[in-house]
Amino acid sequence: MVLQNKEFHNLQELRHSASLANKVFIQRDYTDGTVCKFQTKFPSELDSRIERTLFEDTVKTLNNYYAEAEKIGGQSYLEGCLACLTVYLIFLCIETRYEKVLKKISRYIQEQNEKVYAPRGLLITDPIERGMRVIEISVYEDRGSSGSSSGSSTTSSSGR
Amino acid sequence: MSAVMITRKVTRKWEKLPGKNTFCCDGRVMMARQKGVFYLTLFLIVGTCSLFFAFECPYLAVHLSPAIPVFAVLLFVFVVAMLLRTSFSDPGVLPRALPEEANFIEMEIEAANGNVMAGQRPPPRIKNVQINNQIVKLKYCYTCKIFRPPRASHCSICDNCVDRFDHHCPWVGNCVGKRNYRYFYLFTLSLSLLTIYIFAFNIVHVVLREYRNIFEHVVSLTPHCTVLEVLVCFFTLWSVVGLTGFHTYLISLNQTTNEDIKGSWSGKNRVQNPYSHKNFIKNCCEVLCGPTYPSVLDRRGVMLEDSTRPTPSDASAASTYKSTNPVSQTTKSSAPLIPNEHTPEEAKPSIGAGTQKSTSSPKEEKPPSPTSPNAVAPAVIKESAH
Repeated sequence: MVLQNKEFHNLQELRHSASLANKVFIQRDYTDGTVCKFQTKFPSELDSRIERTLFEDTVKTLNNYYAEAEKIGGQSYLEGCLACLTVYLIFLCIETRYEKVLKKISRYIQEQNEKVYAPRGLLITDPIERGMRVIEISVYEDRGSSGSSSGSSTTSSSGR
Repeated sequence: MSAVMITRKVTRKWEKLPGKNTFCCDGRVMMARQKGVFYLTLFLIVGTCSLFFAFECPYLAVHLSPAIPVFAVLLFVFVVAMLLRTSFSDPGVLPRALPEEANFIEMEIEAANGNVMAGQRPPPRIKNVQINNQIVKLKYCYTCKIFRPPRASHCSICDNCVDRFDHHCPWVGNCVGKRNYRYFYLFTLSLSLLTIYIFAFNIVHVVLREYRNIFEHVVSLTPHCTVLEVLVCFFTLWSVVGLTGFHTYLISLNQTTNEDIKGSWSGKNRVQNPYSHKNFIKNCCEVLCGPTYPSVLDRRGVMLEDSTRPTPSDASAASTYKSTNPVSQTTKSSAPLIPNEHTPEEAKPSIGAGTQKSTSSPKEEKPPSPTSPNAVAPAVIKESAH
């Protein structure tokens, strides 16, 4: 599996010189219930674009963040009870734990996009913008080299 | 030439959301279309309590204790706050799939179904998932073009898929779902307490008055308002206390009203509830003290219209995106999906411009819900002026 030599060095180049070829959607994993968790199965469309371990690391880290946000324990009880006593007005002053974790997630996704995905011509969309249903990965092609690279992504998507 | 100040109206995302919801306060308040019964609920609560405060409380405060009206006021404030919170917040609506996601799911379905003979009905779109060692069927929603997550259901009144859908309550004028179920429960619980409280002190008031009248040989008619309050409370008691009891039962089993009505987890040969912790305390804690889920509908986000507001960084990218992706452009006009499908344009400036947009969108979701109980008077006034 040889990764093609990409010319994208940063996101600005991705924006100006690339065209969107395909989108891959990572679905939710419901085996543990309704907690927010995404499947770590490596999609075949990304086979030639990114190493499996990098992709799995990203998804696993996101899953850990969501698990942290939705953890039911001492802190969530405290937050719930305090909020109830103040008739939920306390949320005008403080952020909920979930919102704090969502900020961490968006920073992490941005960092991953800058360091790992954009150099490979990919872009991750924050799941919150898709209703926490999917992780959308946009696959870009350099407009100059449209022949060989686009073939692999479009044929593999239909056979999935 | 005179300089004309054109104030471009900012279009917020709530204005373009599909579904049959009404929005107030520039997207901060989200309700169903039919609000008549909600106004009745509000009128009954506020009206009965006003009568109580006006006619009973002076007598009771003097002859019994001033703590009685104080506690009544606290309870009343809590009831109204919970009602407004339930009514005005997003119940957990799932946004509809954008065209690319919908197409992706369609391709998956077609691949899974294989070849269907001409004239034959295609098989129903169902996905089986295993949750806690039980097989649960996920149904496909033809309106929202998604496979509904477990426990989600499509509300036909609001025309939205709602996560952990409980029921659509006309009394609160909104769906009850994941995000506002605990406020709904606290509303019914506190309303039960308030009703019992007013009912009890009405009786006490009548008894005290009649006792004094007998003692002092005075003839007086029990005020009409007391009778009215007793009547309202009596009928409310049966319904609201019963409802609170029912929801306490559901919470202890970690079930929704929707699942209970459909009999999803009851009866022979059915799966057991895979979401229950089999422990009453744990189930209650999860439902009532769980995390406060954020709204995934970015109601107050600003719509980026490419034609009207070309930002310098987006102009070139927007034109290249439109020219190379004609499929998405044609589907944009057909289905009433959220038209803000320009993922690369949205994602790129947020990533390139230093986290400003992506961090602002979760922050924007914070002010809407907490202000609703606080802005009692302005919200109601604005709604009536709408």
